[in-house]
Amino acid sequence: MFESLWLQLQHPNTQWVLAGTLLLGTASGVLGSFVLLRKQSLIGDAMAHSALPGVCLAFLFTGQKSLPFFLLGAALAGLLGTFCIQLIPRLSKTKEDSAIGIVLSVFFGVGIILLTYIQQQGAGSQSGLDSFLFGQAASLVRQDIILIAGISAVLLLLCIVFFKEFTLITFDLAFAKGLGIPVRFLNGLLACLIVCAVVIGLQTVGVILMAAMLITPAITARYWTERLTGMIIIAGITGGVSGVAGTLLSTTMKGMATGPLMILSATLLFLFSMICAPKRGLAAKAIRLMRLRRRTSREQVLLAIYEQYEKNNLCVTVESVRKKRRLSPSLCLKALNDLEQERCIERIENGIWQITSKGIEKGYHTALKQRMYEVYLMHEMELANIESDQDYFDPDRLPRETRERLYSLLKLYGRMPERRKASHDAEKGQIANEF
Amino acid sequence: MSFEAWIIATGVLVGVSCGLIGTFLVLRSMAMLADAISHTVLLGIVGAFLVTGSLDGIYMFIGAAATGLLTAFLVQLLHSKGVQSDAAIGVVFTSLFAIGVILLSVYGANVHLDIEHSLMGEIAFVPWNTVTVFGVDIGPKAFWMLASVLVLNVVLISVCYKEFKIASFDPQMALALGIPVLLIHYVQMGMLSLTTVASFDSVGAVLVVAMLIVPPAAAHLLTDRLLYMLILSALIGGLSAVMGYFFATWLNVSISGAMAAMTGVCYASAFLFSPANGVITKKLRTLNMQKERAG
Repeated sequence: MFESLWLQLQHPNTQWVLAGTLLLGTASGVLGSFVLLRKQSLIGDAMAHSALPGVCLAFLFTGQKSLPFFLLGAALAGLLGTFCIQLIPRLSKTKEDSAIGIVLSVFFGVGIILLTYIQQQGAGSQSGLDSFLFGQAASLVRQDIILIAGISAVLLLLCIVFFKEFTLITFDLAFAKGLGIPVRFLNGLLACLIVCAVVIGLQTVGVILMAAMLITPAITARYWTERLTGMIIIAGITGGVSGVAGTLLSTTMKGMATGPLMILSATLLFLFSMICAPKRGLAAKAIRLMRLRRRTSREQVLLAIYEQYEKNNLCVTVESVRKKRRLSPSLCLKALNDLEQERCIERIENGIWQITSKGIEKGYHTALKQRMYEVYLMHEMELANIESDQDYFDPDRLPRETRERLYSLLKLYGRMPERRKASHDAEKGQIANEF
Repeated sequence: MSFEAWIIATGVLVGVSCGLIGTFLVLRSMAMLADAISHTVLLGIVGAFLVTGSLDGIYMFIGAAATGLLTAFLVQLLHSKGVQSDAAIGVVFTSLFAIGVILLSVYGANVHLDIEHSLMGEIAFVPWNTVTVFGVDIGPKAFWMLASVLVLNVVLISVCYKEFKIASFDPQMALALGIPVLLIHYVQMGMLSLTTVASFDSVGAVLVVAMLIVPPAAAHLLTDRLLYMLILSALIGGLSAVMGYFFATWLNVSISGAMAAMTGVCYASAFLFSPANGVITKKLRTLNMQKERAG
C-alpha cells in the first residue's frame, strides 16, 4: 500500500491535487473559525446546498463545463441563499433555523430540477456536474486546481489583511459600530469570503459535506486554545491536514470519493481533540474533577477529625468519620491515608488513627475558615460588601472589621474552634484506656 | 389505480406525514435536526443492509430509527460537553453521513441503493415495487409503508396532543408539571426517523427536509393555533406534492425536486400574502391606515 502511495506521490497530477486540497482545507479552516464564533455553522451548509442551482444555471447558459463559470454561478446562488436566510427571520416570524432549512431544501430541489433538465436535454455529458454532489478531487484538471489554489490564497490574504476588523465584528458588534467601522461592509465581505470558500470546496468535497469543512476544523481548534489567533492557525492546520489525508486515502483506495474521506479525517482529529486536549478535553476535565473530589474529601475528613477532637474524642476510625460525613468507605480510607502521609494524623493501631499537633493546627485553620464562611452565608446581607465564593474565601484577606465581626458572630453561636494544647502523652494514655 | 395515481398518492402521504411531525420541530426550533436526521438515515439503511444482508422494509426501519435516535443522542451529548448546538449538529450529521457514503462505496456494488438515488429519490419507480397479500396485488410497498407511519403519527399525536403541545411551547412548565420532556423529545425523534425512512426511499433525503420544514413554516405564518397549524401544514404538504408532480411531468424533470420547489412556492406565497403576517399584506395595511389618517 505504501509503495503504491509513493508511486502516486511521484505523479505530478497527485501533487497538484494535494496542493489544492491543502490550500482549500486551510482556507476553509481559517474562515470556519469566524463562522463558528459567529454561531453561523449551519449557514455554511445552506450556502453549499444553494450553490447547486447556480452551477446548473451556469452550465445551461454557457453550455460548457468550465470551472470559472461554475464557481461564479455557485457564488451568486450562494449569496442569494445567504441573503434569503437573513431576510426571512427579519420580515416574518419564521425563526432562523427554519429559514436555513427552507433555503437549503428549496434551493437544492430547484438544483435537482435543473440537473434532471440538463440530463434529459442530453446537451453534453453532465458527469462534471455529478461530481459536485459528493466531490471527486480526481476529476479536477490542472487549471482547475490552479484556480482553486489561487482563490484560497486570496481568501487567506484577505483574512490576514482584515484580521483586526473581523475579530472586532465577531466578538463585539456594538463596539465596532461605536468605533465607526463600516460594519455592514465587513459583514458582507466576510459572507462573500465564506461563500467563496464553500464554492471552491464543492468540487473536491461535495455539496453535502462542505459544511463540515467549515465546522469541524474550527471546533477542533477551539479545544486547544482560548485565543482567536491560535484558533485560526490550528483550524487552518487541521483543515489542511484533513484535506491532504482525505486525498491520500482516496488515491490509495479505489472508487472512493474524496469528500467523505476528508470529512472523516477531520472528524477523527476532532474526536482526538475532544478527548485529549490539555485544558478543555474530556480527559483533562475528568482528572481535574477527580483531584477536586479527592481534595474536598480530604478537607472534609480533616474537619470531621477536628470536630471529634473538639469533643475530646481522639480515636479516629473510618466509621467514626463516616458518622459525621457521608463518604464512601473507600474514599474515606483514601483520605485518611493521605492525611497520614501529610502527618496530620498518625496510626495507632490498624484502622485506628489519632490526630497529631500538626493536624490540630491544620484542622483549626480549616475549621475556622469553614465556619467563618458559614457565618458569612448566614449574614450575607449584612456583609454584602465582600463578594466571595467558597473556593476563594480567605479569612486573612478580609478587612479587619469584617473579620472581627465574623469572630464575634462565631463566638455568639459557640462555633469558634478552640486550640487546646493538650500534652501528647496524656492523650495517648487516654486512648490506651479507651481500648 | 393507475401508476400516476399511485405516485401522487405516495407523494401526498409523504407531504401529510412530514407536515405533521415537522410542525413540532419548527415550533421547537429544531428544524436543522430534521436535516441532520434525514442525512444520517442513509447510514442506518446501509448498516441494516450490512448486518442482515437484505433490504427488507422492517430491517431498514429498525436501522434508520436507531441511527436517527443515535444522531439526536450524539447532538445532545456534544452539546452537553460544551459544543455549541449548531456546530454539534453540523459535526454529527456530516461525519455519520460520510461514514454511510464510505460504507456504501466499499460494499455498495451489490446493494440496490446508490447515493444519488438516496439524495434525490425516485418516486417514479414507486408503483413497480408492489406488495401482494393473499395473492392480491394491493399496491406499491412505499405507499403502505407511508400509510402505516402516517397512522402511527396521527395516533401518537392525538394521544399525546396535550403533552406535545406544552412541551413545544413551554418546556420548563412541562417539566414542572412532571411531563417527561426528554422522553417526549426522543419519541418525536423516533417518529421523525420513521417518517424519514419511509419517505426516504421514494423521495430522497433532501425532499424529506423540504417536506419536514417548509410546509410547517408556511402554516406557522398563516395561523397562531397548534391544531390549525397541524392541519394546514399537512394540507400544504399534500398540495405541494400534487403540484410538484404535475410540474415535473410537464417539464419532464425530477419529481422529488419539483415537489421540494413547490413547497418553496407555497412558503413564498404565505410569506408575501398571509392575511396576518404577510409582507405585502402588512404593507397594504399600513398604506390603508395612512390613507385613513390623511382622509
